Amino acid sequence: MTNLPGMESIIEITYLIATALFILSLKWLSSPATARRGVFAGELGMLLAIAGTLLHRGIVEYKWIVIALVLGTIIGVPLGEVAMAAVPQRTALSHAFGALCVTLVGAAEFYLRTPDVPRFMMGVLSLEVILGSLTFTGSLMAAGKLQEVLPQRPITYKGQNIVNLGLLGVAIVVAGMLVAHPEKTQLFPLIVGIPLLFGVMMIIPIGGADMPTVISLLNSYAGLSAAAMGFVLDSKLLIIAGALDGASGFILSVNMSKAMNRSFSNVLFGAFGQEQTAAATKQEARPVRSATPEEAAAILAAANKVVIVPGYGMAVAQAQHKVRELYDALTKRGVDVKFGIHPVAGRMPGHMNVLLAEADIPYDKLLDMDEINGEFPQTDVALVIGANDVTNPAARTDASSPIFGMPILDVDKARTVMVIKRSMGAGFAGIENPLYYLDKTLMLFGDAKSFVGAIVRELGGGHE
Amino acid sequence: MKLDLLTSLYVFMLAAFIGFEVIRRVSPLLHTPLMSLTNALDAIAVVGAILLAGEYHAHGAMLAKILGTIAIVAATSNIVGGFLITDRMLRMFKASGPKKP
Repeated sequence: MTNLPGMESIIEITYLIATALFILSLKWLSSPATARRGVFAGELGMLLAIAGTLLHRGIVEYKWIVIALVLGTIIGVPLGEVAMAAVPQRTALSHAFGALCVTLVGAAEFYLRTPDVPRFMMGVLSLEVILGSLTFTGSLMAAGKLQEVLPQRPITYKGQNIVNLGLLGVAIVVAGMLVAHPEKTQLFPLIVGIPLLFGVMMIIPIGGADMPTVISLLNSYAGLSAAAMGFVLDSKLLIIAGALDGASGFILSVNMSKAMNRSFSNVLFGAFGQEQTAAATKQEARPVRSATPEEAAAILAAANKVVIVPGYGMAVAQAQHKVRELYDALTKRGVDVKFGIHPVAGRMPGHMNVLLAEADIPYDKLLDMDEINGEFPQTDVALVIGANDVTNPAARTDASSPIFGMPILDVDKARTVMVIKRSMGAGFAGIENPLYYLDKTLMLFGDAKSFVGAIVRELGGGHE
Repeated sequence: MKLDLLTSLYVFMLAAFIGFEVIRRVSPLLHTPLMSLTNALDAIAVVGAILLAGEYHAHGAMLAKILGTIAIVAATSNIVGGFLITDRMLRMFKASGPKKP
């Protein structure tokens, strides 16, 4: 490598420009109109930073770097081309990869620098490795649950939180000992191993409906561990990228926990799931009104304004393309169709929007909870497809309900409510939904995809 | 050394504030692409991994090379996969234009 005196400055300038591009990238993401420019800015920044790094004169061997870059690209391309339905698990997997990178670099830095690691450095290094390891296994577990190679049901046992917090506590104590005595290398494997175990234990009690919060939280951890790595390596670029990612994950976690009416500390300690499972009070079977696709189609066709509320059930049934046909058929008849999207609908923040956008539904028809709730009283038909708890009016009215206080979509304020559902079985959280027993509610029993398809045929639409 | 550290803390704090302000403005519509984009940007950790794998180390060279190489693979797959999927998702978001479906 050339030994020009200016080389270091050139590298630093590429980092500076990359940092600015990263911030612009996120700024442009704020609106769908400029969002793709944001991706381009991010790519350019990344390219500059990597090119700048490769110019570093400290680098003595390129062989493995090149092999690794090529191999990473070969793995990355298929990960960029997964089906939209698989985006939540892909995201979890990428958190795992990011955390793996950070943990490995942190571990190597420790062994290269020991025994003279300054105290603060050792503290940050411990933070990096602990967060990295627990994010690695935690994200792998989350990906496994989302891909359904692991059971989605939350597994809980007595004293779970004590065991988990105990594990984390031990890791922190060991980290403290390392800060005091960085030469005790035999302790180091503990601050990798214990958090690896903790990551697994943390996700065991978490069920599918809590995934949006968990993925956001792991996102935040991955960012923070990268920022910690920036401190260790004295890389401002990495500190900033990590801080941005950490802030993003943090904001999303707070949003998600608010949308589920959980306190933030509840989220931070990973104590998900346990309040809900107990509360399924069994009520006697009450009568519900059900309807056929023909009847549903007739009501929809007579409506002026329809709001469709999608949930995870739509994603499972892969019904979004049929929903698009329904949207077309109704729009053609002059019906005003909008979509009401709850922040925690689906398995990750924004999940429903991506699926509906994939089905070519214009994004200005996708409204979030705060935007759509005022419109329900003027809505003729609210059509709920595969969503349950986010429409449960008990959250507003029944103080004994486990989801009391959770912000919901006020579908019960529409003139008619239709709910497509496989059966009367309770929702994910096992909570009875009084919506189904209202006089204005029609239950449409069946698979979301085929039921919507049947309605579309009745309306004389469809693309077959 | 002490001063560098303090500077780093300032940088972190300011970046966190910028992050909050910028990301707060991202519409919930785009929260999934936001997550995949920040993930790709976060993989800038590859810079550290490259130096680890490529620099000369008096001892522990083997360890640094092995861990560094795996770390580059992990980060690069996030960069490539993250940008690709973010762009794919964003391409799907279309406004309802004047054209009739």
